[in-house]
Amino acid sequence: MKLKPNEKLDIRELLKDIKDYRPKRRGWVWRNHVPNLNMNGYTYREVSTPLKNNIPLPAAKYFNQIDPQPLPVITTEIASGRFEDDIRRMRMAAWHGADHIMVIRTAGQSHFDGLIEGTPQGVGGIPVTRKQVRLQRKALDLIEEEVGRPINYHSYVSGVAGPDIAVMFAEEGVNGAHQDPQYNVLYRNINMVRSFVDAAESKKVMAWADILQIDGAHNANATARDAWKVMPELFVQHAINCAFSTKVGMKKENIALSTVPPTASPAPDLRINLPYAVALREFFSEYKMRAQMNTKYMESSTREATVTHVLNLLISKLTSADIQSTITPDEGRNVPWHMYNVEACDTAKQALIGMDGLMDMIELKDEGYLREKSRELKERAILFFEEMLENGGYFNAVEKGFFIDSGIYPERNGDGIVRNMEGGVSANSVYQRDEDYFAPVTAHFGYNNISQYDDELLDNPSKLIDGSTFEKPEKIVFIDELDEDDNVYKRLDETEKYRLTSFVKPEVEWLADGVVVVDLVFPTDKRHAEVCALEIGKRMNLTDVEVIHREVLHLSEGTRIQLKGKVPFDIDLSSLTIPEEPEELSDDEIRNYVKDKGLKVVAATVGEDEHSVGMREIIDIKHGGIEKYGIDCVYLGTSVPIEKLVDAAIETNADAILASTIISHDEIHYKNMKKLHEVAIEKGIRDEVIIICGGTQVSPDYAKKQGIDAGFGRGTKGVHVASFLVKRKQEMLHED
Amino acid sequence: MEKLMTRQDDFEDRRKHLKDLSDEELKIRFWDLANQVVEPLIKLAKGHTTPAIERSVLLRMGFSSIEAKAIVDRVVDYGLIGKGAGHVVYKVAKMKNVSIREAGLSLIEGNYWDEVLSSFGVMK
Repeated sequence: MKLKPNEKLDIRELLKDIKDYRPKRRGWVWRNHVPNLNMNGYTYREVSTPLKNNIPLPAAKYFNQIDPQPLPVITTEIASGRFEDDIRRMRMAAWHGADHIMVIRTAGQSHFDGLIEGTPQGVGGIPVTRKQVRLQRKALDLIEEEVGRPINYHSYVSGVAGPDIAVMFAEEGVNGAHQDPQYNVLYRNINMVRSFVDAAESKKVMAWADILQIDGAHNANATARDAWKVMPELFVQHAINCAFSTKVGMKKENIALSTVPPTASPAPDLRINLPYAVALREFFSEYKMRAQMNTKYMESSTREATVTHVLNLLISKLTSADIQSTITPDEGRNVPWHMYNVEACDTAKQALIGMDGLMDMIELKDEGYLREKSRELKERAILFFEEMLENGGYFNAVEKGFFIDSGIYPERNGDGIVRNMEGGVSANSVYQRDEDYFAPVTAHFGYNNISQYDDELLDNPSKLIDGSTFEKPEKIVFIDELDEDDNVYKRLDETEKYRLTSFVKPEVEWLADGVVVVDLVFPTDKRHAEVCALEIGKRMNLTDVEVIHREVLHLSEGTRIQLKGKVPFDIDLSSLTIPEEPEELSDDEIRNYVKDKGLKVVAATVGEDEHSVGMREIIDIKHGGIEKYGIDCVYLGTSVPIEKLVDAAIETNADAILASTIISHDEIHYKNMKKLHEVAIEKGIRDEVIIICGGTQVSPDYAKKQGIDAGFGRGTKGVHVASFLVKRKQEMLHED
Repeated sequence: MEKLMTRQDDFEDRRKHLKDLSDEELKIRFWDLANQVVEPLIKLAKGHTTPAIERSVLLRMGFSSIEAKAIVDRVVDYGLIGKGAGHVVYKVAKMKNVSIREAGLSLIEGNYWDEVLSSFGVMK
């Protein structure tokens, strides 16, 4: 199976032979640094190998469509709940520069004691099953070929089935995973003893599979009352997971801290976030940084979230980020939608490329506030550790509510999260290993009495069973589907119409979900605007109408509302007449042609018509008109008679006539086009001159029927006219 | 519930023993404390196991998640988890001279448990 850019990824094809699919590779992949990469005349300092297939930033059209790729791996988090729709979004994100695809798990999987199997639908994420993981890895194996860069696939090794999941991930070629027993303890109320014992096994397995680990400390920011006040504790949480992981045998370069700038504007963002970021990177210099974006203060404004995230990117640039995670700007109002994953990737790419080489020009001060503040945070963190040890260590500290207290340590507000060693999910499920305890497998942590069977195999116990699944993947037992009703085949059947026929519906997260957003401003206060918006949604025949964003422009003068709803119909693409898209040449192509061959036009608004704006837009260099390519424009003004325009073309020996026709009643604009064509014939120049007419009411096809070369309607830009001129001129010369 | 401690920020007071340390000394101290905190956790993990760990061992031995769960549940019921669920399967495979999978599937069906118990010297 191979992907073609102009074809959709065929999910049914992907499902074929999935039972026997093996991933192409194992382990995490970083981007390749290409120092001093030259693109379009610019030299980039901190970029990586460009992509084979990609979608550049919108403004790239002014820069020869270059798409420089930043150095950090870029993460996007995907959580649609349907793996088959996740896969489509992964492909979109990969084209926009994501190479770390983090798949969120369905709500409740943490407490499921074992692996979930099949392809059931999830809520706020997918149930992470072997089949779904295999399918997504398979899809990414194809997508990475398409974009020409390895893509890391990532999910979660947590909950009460951590070791089961770690083994499945190792077998299925998963490249990155969250693993942090403290996450289980603090946020999932899973018994703490169980969590740490399980974590050691999970980490050992991850180390074998070269899976990059990300910790869970960032959740403290999102949970604490004042996010920034948990900063000292965050050092402690990171360090516990790092130290525990290295002792289990994980390589430091495979351990990443999940770190978030804890506060956001209107707080003085950098004054709080930067000293913290600096201190953290100094204490954890041997580890990788996964710079996450702030989610704590996200509201429904995607603009506000984007600005917060750009400031987060500035912190990454001022310090460091090995992995730059992205948060979709809509996360404050819903489970992320397709376009916001893409927007978030573009935000990271745009900001990081924009700040390329920043630290070559500036440096952080080595004295004063920044230094003092970082130092203070480090000391507070050390004091936290000291008190933990005085109180008998980790478990006792958790029992005493040390963590997620809203005071900045050593301040204590007595509102931390308390867990009991005997309590939580799966309490009392930890068993002592007997002296003859034994496990004949690879990557098993802890005591293992192998010598009772073979003294020679201490480092390789799986030889006793002729290899475990890690050596012999053919031993993996694949479970297909367990639920007849809740599986991908049923879901595909339901949406088959939108995959196999020419019918389409708009969507935001699932194929044909029908969701649209309407952006409205009402000249009222907020409350009236909201209710009014709902009524508008109803009258537009939308279903499931909901206000997703409200923004006061002024208490009484105006309120902005964003509304979502579902359209109750679909569109048959085959029933549409698709007008031909004006083809654009690049600026350079046009310029070079004009430079070589010269190009002269005469232009006017024809008939009794005083409109001049449209024509000026097309011609004026100031408006990006055709003059900028060096095209020689003779502008005759408004209300110019047809005959005069043709005469001017003859006198100036013009290559083309451009006529603007705005007034359209009684089809006068089309009549003028016809006349222009006929007068040019009469005067004997029609074969040599290109005739183009434009105006807001012009339909290109109908204009051509009047005998002229091209008609341009609303939205036309200089580049469209210039491109047409160059191409038509070339055709005419070829005919000669 | 026991009331948790509250305390004013006494940072200036507490930091007295730290304030003259160099940045490098501070870093060493930080990691030294971190290692002290995790050392007992590592020791705990080395000497203990859980149903999840044992299921993960059986997955690696070539059982499905459903089979692994069934075997581990029985291993726990028979009080044999301290021996290792993989060990129980391995022992049956050796005793009966059958494959690892055959041994595990037989155990799920309820076979061989008496022999397994006595081979480990455990009373039923």
